[in-house]
Amino acid sequence: MTDIEAIGRQLAEALKGFSADYIEARLEESQRSHITYRGKELESVGQATAIGGNVRALVRGGWGFVSFDSLSDLPGRIELAVKQARLVGKEESKLAPVEPVVDIVSSEIDKNPLTISLAEKKQLLDEYNALIWRTPKLQTSIIVYGDSHKKVIFLSSSGSYIEQERSDIALRLTAVATEGSEVQQVGLSIGSRGDFSSIHGLHQQVEQMAKHAVELLSAPQVKGGEYTVVLDPVLAGVFVHEAFGHLSESDFVYENDRLRQIMVLGRKFGSTELNIVDSAAIPGLRGSYKYDDEGVPATKTYLIREGELVGRLHSRETAAKMGEKPTGNARAINYRYPPIVRMTNTYIEPGSASFDQIIGDIKEGVYAKNWFGGTTSMEMFTFSAGETYMIRHGKLAEALRPVVLTGNVFTTLNNIDAIGDDLEMNQGGGCGKGAQMPLPVSNGSPHIRIRHCLVGGR
Amino acid sequence: MENILAQAKKVAEEAEVFMVSSEETPVQFEANRLKHIQSKQSTSVALRIVRQGRLGYAATTELSDAQNLVDNAVETAQFGMPARFELPSTTSYPQIDVFDPDIESISIGEMIKLGEELIAMVTSHTPDIVCEAMVTKGIISFRIINSRGGQANYRKSIFGLGIEGSLIRGTDMLFVGESQSSCHPLTQPKAVAEVVLQQLELAKNRASAPTKQLPVIFTPRGVANALIPPLMAAFNGKTVLEGASPIGNRLGQTVFDPKLWLWDDPTIAYRPNSRPCDDEGIPSQRTPLIEQGTVANFLYDLQTAAQAHTKSTGNGSRSGGLPVPSPTALIIAPGKTTLDEMVNDIKEGLVIEQLMGAGQGNVLGGDFSGNVLLGYKVESGKIVGRVKDTMVSGNVYQVLKEVIAIGSEAKWVGGFLNTPPIYCPGLSVASK
Repeated sequence: MTDIEAIGRQLAEALKGFSADYIEARLEESQRSHITYRGKELESVGQATAIGGNVRALVRGGWGFVSFDSLSDLPGRIELAVKQARLVGKEESKLAPVEPVVDIVSSEIDKNPLTISLAEKKQLLDEYNALIWRTPKLQTSIIVYGDSHKKVIFLSSSGSYIEQERSDIALRLTAVATEGSEVQQVGLSIGSRGDFSSIHGLHQQVEQMAKHAVELLSAPQVKGGEYTVVLDPVLAGVFVHEAFGHLSESDFVYENDRLRQIMVLGRKFGSTELNIVDSAAIPGLRGSYKYDDEGVPATKTYLIREGELVGRLHSRETAAKMGEKPTGNARAINYRYPPIVRMTNTYIEPGSASFDQIIGDIKEGVYAKNWFGGTTSMEMFTFSAGETYMIRHGKLAEALRPVVLTGNVFTTLNNIDAIGDDLEMNQGGGCGKGAQMPLPVSNGSPHIRIRHCLVGGR
Repeated sequence: MENILAQAKKVAEEAEVFMVSSEETPVQFEANRLKHIQSKQSTSVALRIVRQGRLGYAATTELSDAQNLVDNAVETAQFGMPARFELPSTTSYPQIDVFDPDIESISIGEMIKLGEELIAMVTSHTPDIVCEAMVTKGIISFRIINSRGGQANYRKSIFGLGIEGSLIRGTDMLFVGESQSSCHPLTQPKAVAEVVLQQLELAKNRASAPTKQLPVIFTPRGVANALIPPLMAAFNGKTVLEGASPIGNRLGQTVFDPKLWLWDDPTIAYRPNSRPCDDEGIPSQRTPLIEQGTVANFLYDLQTAAQAHTKSTGNGSRSGGLPVPSPTALIIAPGKTTLDEMVNDIKEGLVIEQLMGAGQGNVLGGDFSGNVLLGYKVESGKIVGRVKDTMVSGNVYQVLKEVIAIGSEAKWVGGFLNTPPIYCPGLSVASK
């Protein structure tokens, strides 16, 4: 394979010879493998490797970006990025200052998942698939397993040289049950920062998932309207990601005066019990890293503290333009894209309520668990549950068809009136923004209760 | 590529090499001004082999490392699915024009000017709107060769012009947008701007929706995000083969309203999703899916077709793995009713442009449910304003069983769908 370290060292010298306010480059080599099942049989198994890089240049506030698979003529590519930036730039370049870093960061795991044999991976997936198929009335299964390992070299005209390695594993299992023309599905998503053992021992969860898909065939659909809703830690994690996390990404805010007025620090969003954090600095989660893709060290950032907006996520440019400190949240999914402001590991801090206290005084409400997906427009957001139950007279009652819930950022967070003591991080998700998806992130929360939540239904 | 094929043939009964290279230039505007110019070069090659009857697959961006690619494919073939198809020996394909050399001569300066004009048209209508715009051009080359002598290659040009605007008043946010694409350069920003201006006009006033069953008109964008995802899953030959498609055993039966006609068409000249052949080298064809409400066909690639004892429809598509059946461009036939006539017909109802979250439920079962991100209330035959905080839910098989009317004005949405508005009798609406 091509030696990207040698190329990186040459490039570090070359960056100095161009006239731009700032230039950075990333070189990346990656290996990935996937195994998918549709139905009883393994459907597809494959391996892929990629080597490539990019150069990003800043001239008078304008950016040029060049990405490539071919590592020949790198000076020509730097020149192109600078030329493009010059076409754009008409003002002053602003980047929050960071100390140049020289560092080599190895992946934190004992074993690169790509070194585990396909046979071992297949054996585990075979076990899960067999469990799904043991369930009566089950129509089919879909299993998608993927792992990757990559090394990224970051270097900048201000003298940074950072090598970082990371691995990632994602597994999604789906059970599909049918009866007549009714089709119901339930999914389970697990991910990890490359530790293969994290997907061991899911047998019981897989079995339950398949049974639940069959149960849904006879489950009623909720009547649409406003409900008191209780979210489990997994779905509450998706909720915090969609309902608030994206609005904290300052690239939406920094050049939009109206949004800056709304998102003014100190604005009240929720009760004093509500604390929301994003932190890439927690080790070992899917959104964790030591340096972001601009070479900025990871931080722990409180977004909401005691119900008030106290922080937001930044790239070097958004931090400079808003007069705030960089938070190390500029991430790119791979070398074909420039870094943009992204979440990492986002969670609601635990409160004090037990699950029984949370549902105890609900006469009629909805308990929503697990996720299908979620999306946001900044103001409005939707998120969908994988499993749903009615709550009647303080107790969990009949299973319902999965629901889509919606809310408004500026009112829904205020309607959270109970926060559980049982924080759990969910590593099964991927985040999409622009064309860059799925980016590994994790979300988490304890159980939470939301009053007046709008639920779609019949 | 020939070198990879030759090496693969030494260790496998069959082999196929697929290569895509692209050069793309996106010009991006943020907060109403030019922000970012990019240039993206990419080349990747994928190898599919049949070894001891089983499929192996590997891909790389490193063209020089043929041996590693072949070794990776051989390793996966131990576990791969038995290959049930034969690679095509085809070398002649229909003439489908998807390359316009004019794309090459469009300068970055011209692209910047297009974006600036587009933003100016929107901001002169609504000065406090904040827009992001993107002008993109690209050239993509495809080549496929296989061990049966089959081979195909073509070049495609792509040009895109799009804008998204946000208008914020207090904590109230309105999002409008439109994007268009073609294999020809798009030189008329007005065509894009006019769509956005109309959205801004219709959304000027606010209206409230009740919680009850209401008739709904889905605009082309509304059709794309609420009704199409379930249909794409249901007409996929793989879903059908697994028995997970609600219409899988209803071929030849009338499942939808007789006014509904839907087909897949990769043969329309100069459309970004058109192509002379699919990603397995099977010639492109137009495939009817719904004819007069009747289920006419499903979409297949080679392997799925062989498993289902039928023929590939030329819908083998790759996105980072083995080919899978996937639609190219879906077309819904226009009807006779104008949008104005539909609106005039409604006493109380909604027009839906965008339903956020609609693709996140039980798509296989046909369910959709979403928040009306952009939609309007109709009262006594007139659009009276924008609705918010409103969920609309339905099941595509119930909604499309009896539609009131299919619109006469069809439009491309996102390059993958050409549809008129569709007017449906009753959907469940829940509002705050």
